Amino acid sequence: MTVLAQQRTEPAAPTPHRRRRRGGYRLAALAFLLPALAYVVLFFGYPLVNNLSMSLRDYSVRSFYTGEAPFIGWDNYAAVLRHPLFGEAVFNTAVFTVGSIAFQFGIGLALALFFSKRFPAGGLLRSLLLLPWLLPLVVSGAVWRWMMDQDHGVINAALRALGLADGPTPWLTSPGWALPAVLIVNIWIGIPFNLVILHGGLRAVPESLYEAAALDGASAWQRFRHVTWPLLRPVTAVVLMLGLVYTIKVFDVIMVVTGGGPANATQTLTTWSYQLSFDGDFAFGQGAAVGNLLVLVATVFGLLYLRSARSSLAEGGS
Amino acid sequence: MSRVARHLVIGGVAASAMLVAAACGPSGTGSSGEPAGEIAELDYYADQQGSQAWQQILDTCAEETGIRINRQTVPTDQLLPKVLKDASSRTLPDLLFTDNPTLQQIASTGALTPLTDYGISTDGYYESIIKAGSYENEVYGLAPGVNGLALIYNEDLLAEAGVEPPQTWDELTAAATELSGGGKYGLAFSAVPSEEGTWQFLPFFWSNGADLSKVDSPEAVAALRFVTGLVDSGAASKSVLNWNQNDVADQFVAGNAAMMINGSWNLARLDEEEDLNYGVVPIPSPRPGTPPVVALGGEVGAIPATGPERQEAAAKVLSCILAEENMLAWDEAHAYVPSKVEAAERFAQDNPAMRPFVTQVETARSRTAALGEQYPKVSQALATALQAALAGQQSPEEALRTAQEQAGRS
Repeated sequence: MTVLAQQRTEPAAPTPHRRRRRGGYRLAALAFLLPALAYVVLFFGYPLVNNLSMSLRDYSVRSFYTGEAPFIGWDNYAAVLRHPLFGEAVFNTAVFTVGSIAFQFGIGLALALFFSKRFPAGGLLRSLLLLPWLLPLVVSGAVWRWMMDQDHGVINAALRALGLADGPTPWLTSPGWALPAVLIVNIWIGIPFNLVILHGGLRAVPESLYEAAALDGASAWQRFRHVTWPLLRPVTAVVLMLGLVYTIKVFDVIMVVTGGGPANATQTLTTWSYQLSFDGDFAFGQGAAVGNLLVLVATVFGLLYLRSARSSLAEGGS
Repeated sequence: MSRVARHLVIGGVAASAMLVAAACGPSGTGSSGEPAGEIAELDYYADQQGSQAWQQILDTCAEETGIRINRQTVPTDQLLPKVLKDASSRTLPDLLFTDNPTLQQIASTGALTPLTDYGISTDGYYESIIKAGSYENEVYGLAPGVNGLALIYNEDLLAEAGVEPPQTWDELTAAATELSGGGKYGLAFSAVPSEEGTWQFLPFFWSNGADLSKVDSPEAVAALRFVTGLVDSGAASKSVLNWNQNDVADQFVAGNAAMMINGSWNLARLDEEEDLNYGVVPIPSPRPGTPPVVALGGEVGAIPATGPERQEAAAKVLSCILAEENMLAWDEAHAYVPSKVEAAERFAQDNPAMRPFVTQVETARSRTAALGEQYPKVSQALATALQAALAGQQSPEEALRTAQEQAGRS
């Protein structure tokens, strides 16, 4: 009995000790987590909560000074959803985002494949392609605005010289052309990002796989379809995800090139949110509501990405 | 914790304490009744020429009053957002120069103090600029200079075509059509979707007898139809939809437009072009003999509530800027019209090119006089209507009806 009892108590003896040590570990872990947590709470949590609270209040110019903003529930959201511009802004945002990503990714991937082959001056050309990324957006936006000028812009002059267009294309002055115009500018700006990340992804694909595929007699397309594409998938997912988040929030490009015009033809949710807040209406609550809708959309896509990343990780693990 | 880590922590705490102290700034100096030795000033004269001219006035007044002026300049469209941000964090500048139609907006927050508190007199100023600077019967802002729009024309191009500077709408259409062709246009103006576009349209709108309280009146529709007609007939480029007033001046200087609607502040720049001979006439009016009504432009100086000593110091600086010799120096340097009636008259005698602007200021209207805080909303609706009509998306009637609905919605 005593032996048994001793045997039972013996392993139990170190427990309080171990528990104390584990508690210490937990504290240390928490301490390491604290800076990151504080950062997130302070710089993401606080503005987000503030924006949410703003969107539920009648926040006017006066509120900034007096701090008084009566709570009005969902009225701002209702006003925004009923606004005649809402549908147009959502449509423009969707076209702008999908169009930008499709072309940025397509052209970026094609260029990445092109530059994955070694050839003279390839490195130089590749670094030159980064230029759109390095220029301040306001500068490139202003230059594009000049280039797309209907009467004296270099683009229309070039089209005319090449015989591709009879009359001048009203890039920025016709409601029908303005959205494609800002789309082109944004695609141009986004290509380097896609090129760089996808180029890095291609580098990580082992050369031996291509050699093996070549030995098996795979054509260029088959090599791309069955070697490059599957191995590039994780990178592709990241690029598309980041592209979506970057594009849906684009503000400066549109603001500089068209200012949301002509006649609201290039008004997206971001520019509209700004207009509601600062141009004329000073309806800060409604502007915040539109901003929150954008945050919501970005969050949904972010969660989708995380889920797909987790399932592909699980796939890789099994 | 190692000794190094402990030092780091102590250092970090000390640094953040210093940061906090710095952020709080020199506050709570106690009220001694003496004006403060320095003030913070905010303006949007960001272009090189305007910035230099303004700095000179500030330097003069810093010397005269013995008060140090810490100047801050932001781009025009960022002034109001910055003021609102500063208002919520109670870090407003002591002296603020803002576009006159935004003054009532800012005054409505309660952040500004009436200028009469400091004994700054409003005697001798144009009635319209006092109205623009007033909110609920108190004067919160006064301008050292005002401006307005006029028709600036290229003398050589008009002489070549044998065209006289137009005085009426019909003459303007005829002249602009005559001067167009070969990739050049008779007239350039700005119709961007913002306050700038409204400001350029208002002279046509008001001169035709329309009123901001009802933007879809027959007079308003006729004014919009006239402007739309200029673009549709090819007398003005459709690019006016994207041109801000600087772009308009660029087009004029480049010879792409024979005439432009623009403000007096461009004259200094036009004078720099040696090959350019230009003339200035008032904006053509719808009927002969009726004077045009333009919108009154210009920045007003206001004193936010930042504490008695600092406000007192800001008032001394503002009084100095508004003193006649400094007012004239600023207006001379930046081609503005003095905001005092008598000074403006003398100014026009000395500067003949400014005569049309001075004449127009007499009849110019303050944008916020009738609508007050509601003006920015109506202005936005009007700019949208202008864009819709010029882009051919809506007829002038439809566009203005939409604008009236938009302006009426709360």
